[in-house]
Amino acid sequence: MGDAEIIPIGTRGRPGRGSGTDRPSSAARGLAGGKPKRAAPVPEPTETPVPTPKPRKAPPPRKERPSEPAPELVSGTAPARTAERTPLGGITPGEWLGAFQFAAKEVFGEDWEPQLARFLAFLRRRVTGEYDVDEYGFDPEVTDRFVMAALRPIAEKWFRVDVLGADNVPAEGGALVVSNHSGTLPMDALMTLFTVHEATGRHLRPLGADLVFRLPVISSMARRSGATLACLEDAERMLAGGELVGVWPEGFKGIGKPYGERYKLQRFGRGGFVSAALRTQVPIVPLSVVGAEEIYPLIGNVPALARVLGVPYLPITPFFPWLGPLGLVPLPSKWVLEFGEPIRTDEFDDGAADDPMLVFNVTDQVRETIQQSLYSLLMQRDTVFRGNPE
Amino acid sequence: MSADGRVVLVTGVSRDLGRRYARALAASEGVDRVIGVDVVPPRGDMGDVSFVRADIRNPVIAKVIAKEDVDTVVHMSVIATPGSAGGRHTMKELNVIGTMQLLAAAQRAPGLQRLVVKSTSTVYGASSRDPAMFTEDMEPRRAPRSGYAKDAAEVESYVRGFARRRPDVRVTLLRCANVIGPHVQSPLTSYFRLPVVPTVLGFDPRLQFLHEDDLLDVMTLAVHDAPSGTFNIAGDGVIMLSQALRRLQRASVKLPGFAVGSLGSTLRQARLADFSPEQLGLLTYGRGIDTTRMREGLGFHPRFTSAGAFEDFGRSLTPTGGYAVRLIDRASGLVDTGLPGPSGARRG
Repeated sequence: MGDAEIIPIGTRGRPGRGSGTDRPSSAARGLAGGKPKRAAPVPEPTETPVPTPKPRKAPPPRKERPSEPAPELVSGTAPARTAERTPLGGITPGEWLGAFQFAAKEVFGEDWEPQLARFLAFLRRRVTGEYDVDEYGFDPEVTDRFVMAALRPIAEKWFRVDVLGADNVPAEGGALVVSNHSGTLPMDALMTLFTVHEATGRHLRPLGADLVFRLPVISSMARRSGATLACLEDAERMLAGGELVGVWPEGFKGIGKPYGERYKLQRFGRGGFVSAALRTQVPIVPLSVVGAEEIYPLIGNVPALARVLGVPYLPITPFFPWLGPLGLVPLPSKWVLEFGEPIRTDEFDDGAADDPMLVFNVTDQVRETIQQSLYSLLMQRDTVFRGNPE
Repeated sequence: MSADGRVVLVTGVSRDLGRRYARALAASEGVDRVIGVDVVPPRGDMGDVSFVRADIRNPVIAKVIAKEDVDTVVHMSVIATPGSAGGRHTMKELNVIGTMQLLAAAQRAPGLQRLVVKSTSTVYGASSRDPAMFTEDMEPRRAPRSGYAKDAAEVESYVRGFARRRPDVRVTLLRCANVIGPHVQSPLTSYFRLPVVPTVLGFDPRLQFLHEDDLLDVMTLAVHDAPSGTFNIAGDGVIMLSQALRRLQRASVKLPGFAVGSLGSTLRQARLADFSPEQLGLLTYGRGIDTTRMREGLGFHPRFTSAGAFEDFGRSLTPTGGYAVRLIDRASGLVDTGLPGPSGARRG
C-alpha cells in the first residue's frame, strides 16, 4: 500500500499523459522537446513506440484506481471502450446501494437505519391516516414535527425571543394565558405558541377569531395546530378539559392598531375570557409581548378595500404593498415575552362569572398588569432591533 | 293489550334502516307488536313486523294509532334528500306535513306513552362561527334556510310543541350524527363512494359518525327506557375528512368551495350521487356534537367510535388511491431487509 500512495495523479507540469509514471511516453517527450530524461521507477524503455506505456507498474495501481483504465491499457483497444459508457450502465446496484447508504448516513446520522425506518413509519402513518386528532382537530404529531420546527428558526434567529417568568405557566391543569396583541399579522400568537411549548413542553391552545376559520388553508392549519374558535363555549370546554388556552382579548383592535399607538392596550373585549376562567376556576396568566409591534409598522389602512375583501383591515406598512411579497418579511425586532404572576380565580364564589362588575374588575386587573409590565419592559429596552445589549 | 309488552308504531320502514330497525325491535324483549308504516312497502324481509301501507301525511294514521292501541310511536321517516321522494317539494311535504299529521294523531291518542323521534345533527348547521362541540342546548349559529336542515329544525319544533301539549308522554329526540355503515345509503356515504372524492380546497372538516348498528341500538334503548329530552348521538372522537379519505385510500381532488357545490348539484341532477346542499357546509367547516348527555342521561355507550364506524364502512369499498402507501411500503421493505447494515456501507 505504501508505494501505491505515492503515485502522483497528473504529470505535475511535465509532458506526458499523467499515467502516474514519472516517465512520459516517447511521443510526449517528442512534443515537449525531450527535456527530462526517463526517471528511475520504471526503467525499461522497451515499448517506446506504443502510445501509452504498458509498464510493469500497471498492476499495482489497479488496486486503488477505478478499474476502467487498466483493461484499456492491457488490451490496447482504446476507442472501443468509450462507446460502452452509457449514463447508468456503468454503476452497479452495489454502488447505488453504497451511495444511498452514504446519503442516508449524511441525512440521518450514524444510526440512520432505525431513523429512516422511523421516518418511513411516520410517513406511512400520515398517508394512511392512522393518527389521532382531538375533538378540536388538534394534531399533535404534525404540530410537533412541522409547525414547531418551522417556527423555531423564526423565534430563535429572527426575533431572538427572550422569555421571562416561564415558571408562571402552570405545568399542568387548565390555565388561561392572556396576552396583548399586535403586529398586523398574528405573528405574536405563533411565537407564543412556540415559546410556551419550548419553555414548558405544553401545547398552548389558541383561541382564534372566526375570520381564521373562514379562510381556506389557514383554517385547517389553525385547527391542526390546536386552535379553536374564540367563543365562550369553546373556551370553557378547553379550560375544563385541563388545557392551556391562549387568548388575545384585544382582537383586531389590538393587532390592527396604527404604529403610533403601539404598546397601548385596547379594550379587552367584553371580558368573556374572564368569565370563562371564573367558571372553570383556572388561573389567568398575563403575558406581555414586546417587539411584535415593530414587525410590520402599520401606517395606513384601506378600509374600503378591506370591506370588499371581508377582512377587518387592509394594512399599509412602509414596505407592504410597495415591495410586494418582499414587504411581508417582518422586521427583525428583538422580542421579549414576559409571563406575569398567575391571577387566581378559584377564590371567588360560584356565581362570580355572572356578576358583571366582578368580571369587569378582573378584566381590568389583567389589563393593567399587562400594560404595566409592557411599560417596564419598554423602559429596559434600548433599541428596537437589538433590545437590551448586555 | 299493552300490559305485557309495548305496541310500537314505526314510520319510514320502507327504507333499509327503518326496516331493519322495525325487525330488530319486533325481536327484542318487552315489545308485543311492531307496526310498520310507510307509503311504499319495504323491499326486504320484515320478520314479525306487521306492515300498514299508509301515508303519514293524511289523517288515516290517527285511525291506525287508535285501532292498534299503539303506546309508542317511533318517527324515523324524516328524509335527507329529495332523491328518493321525487323532488324537494315532496320531500318537504313528507318531512314537515307528515310529522305534523303524525303528531296531531299522536296527540289525540290517549294511550300513547312514548314518542321517539330520530332527528339529525344537521340541525346545528355548519359554519365558521360554530363552537367546536355543540351541546344539546346550543342553537345553530345561522338558522337553516333550506333543505334537510330546515325540515329537521321544523320537525323538532313540532316535536317540542307536542311535548308541551302532552306532558304525560315521554318524548325522546335523538340528534344523530351522520349514520354510516356498509349498508347505509345516504348523501354522505354516496359521497365517499365516488371514485374520486372532491374536497373543498383549504378546508379540512371534522366529522363524526354513528354506526348503523349503534343507531339501531340507541333507538331500541329509547323505546324501552329513556328519559324525556334531546340527546346528541355520535360515536366517540372525531375524524378529519383528509384522514378519512386517507384511511379509505380513496383518491381525492381538491376544488374550491363553489366548484364542489356545483359539482355536487351536477352529480345530483345526473343521479350519480345523492349530494345534498347542506353537505357542502359540512364538508367545509365540519361539525362536532357533544355526547356527554348521551352517556350520562341516556346511558348509551356506542360500540363503534367515529373512526371505527368509518373503518367498518370502508371495508365495503375498494381503494382507488393509495399509491403513496405502496411506495412507502416498498421503501420500508428495502430498509428492513434489502440493505446491508451500516457496517457494510463504508464503501462510499
